[in-house]
Amino acid sequence: MPIHSPFHDRVAPYCTSFAWKDWAGYYAVSHYGETHLPEYWAFREACAITDITPLFKYEIKGRDAARLLSRMTVRGFEKMQVGRVAYTCWCDAKGKVIDDGTVSRLGEDYFFVTAAEPTLSWMSRLGRGFEVELLDVSERTGALSLQGPTSRDVLKQCSDANLDALKFFQTTPAKLDGMGVQISRTGYSGDLGYELWCNADDSPKVWDAIMAVGRDYGIEPAGIEALDMVRIEAGFIMLGVDYYSAPHVTIDARRSSPYEIGLDRCVKLDRGSFMGQEALRAEAARGAEWKMVGVEADWLELERLYESYNLPPGLAPAASRAAVPLYSDGKFVGQVTSTVWSPLLKRYISLASVKAQYAGIGTKLQLEHTALYERKTVTATVVERPFFEPERKRTP
Amino acid sequence: MATTYDAIVVGAGHNGLTCAAYLAKAGRKVLVLERRQSIGGATASEQIHPGFTFSTCSYVVSLLRPQIIRDLELSKHGLEIMPLDWTFSPFEDGTSLLRGPDPEMNRRNIARFSRKDAERYPLFGQAMSELGRMMKPIIESPVPEPSKLTPSSILEALRIGKQFKGVGEEWLAANLKMMTMSAVDFLSEWFESERLIGPMSVSGIIGTFLGIRSPGTAYVLLHHYMGEIDGAFRAWGLQKGGTGGVAMAIARSARSLGVEIKTGCPVDKVLMTAGEARGVVLQNGDEYYAKAVVSGADPHRTFLGLVGEDRLDADFAKQIKRFKMRGSSGKVNLALDSLPVFPGLDQESPALRADITIAPNIDFLERAYDDAKYGRFSREPFMDCVIPSLTDPSVAPPGKHVMSIFVQYAPYNLKEGPADWENQREAFGDAVIDTLERFSPGIKDRILHRHVLTPWDLEQTYGLTEGNIFHGELSLEQLAFMRPAAGWARYRTPIEKLWLCGSGAHPGGGIMAAPGQLCARTMLKARAV
Repeated sequence: MPIHSPFHDRVAPYCTSFAWKDWAGYYAVSHYGETHLPEYWAFREACAITDITPLFKYEIKGRDAARLLSRMTVRGFEKMQVGRVAYTCWCDAKGKVIDDGTVSRLGEDYFFVTAAEPTLSWMSRLGRGFEVELLDVSERTGALSLQGPTSRDVLKQCSDANLDALKFFQTTPAKLDGMGVQISRTGYSGDLGYELWCNADDSPKVWDAIMAVGRDYGIEPAGIEALDMVRIEAGFIMLGVDYYSAPHVTIDARRSSPYEIGLDRCVKLDRGSFMGQEALRAEAARGAEWKMVGVEADWLELERLYESYNLPPGLAPAASRAAVPLYSDGKFVGQVTSTVWSPLLKRYISLASVKAQYAGIGTKLQLEHTALYERKTVTATVVERPFFEPERKRTP
Repeated sequence: MATTYDAIVVGAGHNGLTCAAYLAKAGRKVLVLERRQSIGGATASEQIHPGFTFSTCSYVVSLLRPQIIRDLELSKHGLEIMPLDWTFSPFEDGTSLLRGPDPEMNRRNIARFSRKDAERYPLFGQAMSELGRMMKPIIESPVPEPSKLTPSSILEALRIGKQFKGVGEEWLAANLKMMTMSAVDFLSEWFESERLIGPMSVSGIIGTFLGIRSPGTAYVLLHHYMGEIDGAFRAWGLQKGGTGGVAMAIARSARSLGVEIKTGCPVDKVLMTAGEARGVVLQNGDEYYAKAVVSGADPHRTFLGLVGEDRLDADFAKQIKRFKMRGSSGKVNLALDSLPVFPGLDQESPALRADITIAPNIDFLERAYDDAKYGRFSREPFMDCVIPSLTDPSVAPPGKHVMSIFVQYAPYNLKEGPADWENQREAFGDAVIDTLERFSPGIKDRILHRHVLTPWDLEQTYGLTEGNIFHGELSLEQLAFMRPAAGWARYRTPIEKLWLCGSGAHPGGGIMAAPGQLCARTMLKARAV
């Protein structure tokens, strides 16, 4: 039985659909109203506000805080500036990914980490002998995500943060209606957006202050279904969907290295030792076996497939997390793991894991598709990720 | 000036730009010449009042073909269309009807007026979608010409005919009814409540000089349903930043493909030698030459203006003159201080984001038409309103709103003559607001600025002959192989090397961009450029 997040009493009245789901033990809204689509459009045209409290949140303090994170994750933190945020992942000794998340440097010896899975015990094990204090602040920290083109205007109206100066992947402390909060220019939408961390006890007041000003900027509470659509457009992977946490699965075929899930850029091999370093160095040298790519189904072919049954194209308006096989010359070469019809791009797009030799941009594959009972295939082309990347994401 | 292009497109409306982009995509050197200083034609966003962006003319993106969006990578170039999923119809007694994507909600809401209609409603939608789907190949390809029995036209006709094979007599009967009946008669075969028939019938008259009881209007209903043929991928929607954004996106795509676009260049005449178009001359005397000239202007302007009657075959000129333009609608754009209120409607309700239809009953609509028949604007007009600022806050200052009101009837030919619109413009605006006030009490006090656009303005400012928003009425005798004239429905014109790519060509008006796309495709196939 899931529990209530500190925003629950504020969020619940909006959830006229009663469509709740369990996210890491909390009630999270799937969609608020009749459909999730107005929430999707809020992400892209106005401001979507999502309760992301169920994320796991940790504080790492002490002289060795940077050293510990450098040892635990695939990149170094010693040189990171205070006020910066980095996206990273962490691996087991065999270089297989355990989880991914963000690390913010709030002070010289003070870091804030988010994760999809509980991570305290892993950090403690790696932190033995380090001068660090590890705090699980998951329950006592409320978290909101504000994403979309008007998100900055909303936060400017209700906080004292200098958001014009806050660059992409920077973080700043701020006062919001008198309450202390931390605001990062980060998010899961691939759009202009912010994540906001507050004291759990302040959560209802923080929500109220934001909603009071947000109305003029088209703010819309948004659930997981809309979030899933925008994160696929943004090309972001999800743990448990596009890859699995190495210790949670029993066979190697289900485990992935950072190179296999498109996190190559995060891995910094040539530095002090870190978990999985040797395995990753070897993999970097020989090349990863699998690659994470974007694929796009050929719409006209898809239409013709439905047409052959005398049906109009009948794709679900929501994102799919079903794994569906990809073929080349009739041979299995991988699978799509997240798929969505993008109402914005008018394209049927997926994130996919394919064998490395099929990962080149422009490679034509066959994607399984069932229009009416029968399993058929349509052409799917490997394309650039992200599928959607507006300039406003990064511009001041 | 001696620059030679493969093609010159006259007019930077969405169709002209689309045609240019497709030609450039095929490697052709294309120049677009636009009379106004801004691009977009009737697909324009303009800041008439500081801080408020109006979709001055066209206000919903109806049928923009998804294939065009993909081919021209319009999303990359700024196209963002947000769907309009609800229809809200307020009535004068304070009740209202909200229809939307939730079938159970529709059933409940319609049942308040008729339980039978509530049950018939989804079946009607299904039937219309089915008919619409059969029509889809027609709007996605150049129309076959029955008079010319070339192998390729026979093949094309067969391909379309195949759609109808085995559909059963029931469907053919429904189709025949569609083609001949009035919107009200057709809908009355399905429904009993005027509260449903009234608001639904108006799709049959938008942009025509016909009443909801005029024969042939049932077909226009279907034309509007085609916006929904993509099932979950409905094409009805609002463009971010107003409809001008659609033209901007197509223009950016066209430029990235190498198209040259010149604004402030009014074309005076098509240059011709020995009956062939070879370029254009601007009003300032500049000349541009090309292997083909493509006109995005309406058929009247193209043939009677740019070409000139003296250079046309007399029979053809007669056909074009008979091609009905007769604009029947106007626009009122409002800058609002706060959201309008409708009795019994929650301010947070999605209904405000809907297409708000003021069409309370059949007589109301027919009376509105009566005025128009005798050369007056409707004293109580039919209105189709949207508040785009609710979904797209970028078009108004925070907390403020824009409301776009499509108004019918506003006949171009007033009894006193079209130029008298200069005197009647504000009275027309008053009639609109007075009528709206009865459905949304207090709206008058919320108005910060009112911008009234009459058919006369649509002609004078935007170059739409007689203010017809579709470049010629979408009535049955002016569609398909009759658009714009029998024998000339395939973008070619009697003037060699002159082509027609605007809404006056098949498959017609609306922000569909299909005429532009199909014209380019036909030209390329014919190796005309």
